[in-house]
Amino acid sequence: MTVEELRKDFPILENHPEVIYFDSAATSQRPRQVTDAVRDFYETANANPLRGLYEWSTEATARYEAARAHVARFIGAASPEQIVFTRNTTESVNLVAYTYGLANLKPGDEIALSVTEHHSNILPWQMVRDRTGARLVWLEPDGEGILTDAEIEEKIGERTKLVAIGQVSNVLGVTHPVARMIERAHAMGARVMVDGAQAAPHMPVNVSELNADFYAFSGHKLLGPMGIGALYVKQEVLENLPPFLTGGEMIEYVTRESATWAELPHRFEAGTVNAAGAAGLDAALTYLERVGFPFIREQEEKLTKRLMGRLASMPYIRVFGSGDPAKHAGIVTFTMEGVHPHDIASVLNEDHICIRAGHHCAQPLMQFLGVGSTARASLYFYNTEEEVDRFADALTGVREVMGYGA
Amino acid sequence: MELKQLYREIVNEHNLHPTHRGIMADPTIVLRGVNPSCGDDINLQLKIENGMIADAMFDGSGCAISQASVDMMIDGIIGKSREEAIALAGKFMGMIRGEGSEEDLEALDEAAALQDVAHMPARVKCAVLGWHTMEEALESFHG
Ligand SMILES: Cc1ncc(COP(=O)(O)O)c(C=O)c1O
Repeated sequence: MTVEELRKDFPILENHPEVIYFDSAATSQRPRQVTDAVRDFYETANANPLRGLYEWSTEATARYEAARAHVARFIGAASPEQIVFTRNTTESVNLVAYTYGLANLKPGDEIALSVTEHHSNILPWQMVRDRTGARLVWLEPDGEGILTDAEIEEKIGERTKLVAIGQVSNVLGVTHPVARMIERAHAMGARVMVDGAQAAPHMPVNVSELNADFYAFSGHKLLGPMGIGALYVKQEVLENLPPFLTGGEMIEYVTRESATWAELPHRFEAGTVNAAGAAGLDAALTYLERVGFPFIREQEEKLTKRLMGRLASMPYIRVFGSGDPAKHAGIVTFTMEGVHPHDIASVLNEDHICIRAGHHCAQPLMQFLGVGSTARASLYFYNTEEEVDRFADALTGVREVMGYGA
Repeated sequence: MELKQLYREIVNEHNLHPTHRGIMADPTIVLRGVNPSCGDDINLQLKIENGMIADAMFDGSGCAISQASVDMMIDGIIGKSREEAIALAGKFMGMIRGEGSEEDLEALDEAAALQDVAHMPARVKCAVLGWHTMEEALESFHG
């Protein structure tokens, strides 16, 4: 298996060899197998799942539930029942905040979260704070961007009721010691919400081994369609979780005045579900498993090492996070002296290079790093060394375009 | 104009060697303009005498397009009346929406170089920040 062979599965990459897509942390590209699975759902099994009494609906339901079982296997959940389908990580975190958070937090309780969090794992907790009187406690990382044992010991304590942690930072690419945080949190009687949006695409995840209470990820960042994501909830927590959205599909019995809830996990999936998206996600996971995380990791590391090597030779570039390419999950965030990140991205766009520039939905981290905004190149296994070289050359060109002698 | 050419021939000069960057000793109006999503942040200072913009300066930080756009704008509004400056802002916004006439472009002078920003939705906010701030400052001023 080579990258060149794999790229043939990605029509958008094959059809646009001139484009360099270095924004996979925002959303990945999708192989044909995924779009085929979505189309196949609509062309051969389209019906409203979970309610019909005829074959198409049964088939739609079967594909939807097969996807759920696959997600459970993919992240090491004990049972498919523990997997709730959502639209994305943001909705998954909100589900936890509005159900578990509002029902369990009280004035004086603490929610511990890292300054490296994405806004999606911050704002729901600010909402919980505002409505319950709980307090936010911020964990700050070391120079590499990683939370230390000392920080974990200090900030996760007796008053902590919930810990919200992004396993991999979408800005620095570093992996936090989530297992250790979970152990500490449990010892203090707290639950842990893990945002796996940037971890699940790059490394094997096992929520049972991690002993996570909640684990969220988005399908669109790991080759799946947009609009489908998942939330894992530990069984003992799931059973006592109040419903989130209410309406059709999530009930057992409704009268004029009241209702009883459907069995788990359908209780948390109100309204018509995204079954076609789930079928696409199923195909995406199959694809990832075929490529395999060892290959993904090796390719990402090779590319990141090459990229960081090139950047290191440019004195006007500052790279954030670890100096070790193995600790980047394919994410390289940088600034260029004298050039605003938006100008970098606009000039690179002229060379058909796609990167992200701005605050990356992580403004508290930008404030912690003391920068207003940054540029981010994020690589995935389908990127090539040639692309890295073209990118680095183009970056030298940006200096010149912006009026600095090359 | 191609974007790289725009930077090389126009934007860089105003971004790296702005004519009007600085702090004015006795401004009549000072207004801050911010694009929170990209961090463009300017402080526009206007000196109004007898209904005319006698002088203008800015300071702050942001991308090259936002900073160069303010510098070019100030070139264009010094010596204009309040009404003329507001009308010019209207022409600039029109141009950025892709609706500018030949005459509008002529009136905008060098600032018309930014017309292709109309094709770059992500950069529109940068280009119009100075003009919006100026419009707002003048509209709230009744001196
Ligand atoms: C770490 C992290 N958390 C959460 C999100 C939000 O993901 P989504 O937009 O799919 O809900 C992202 C993606 O931007 C992310 O990188």
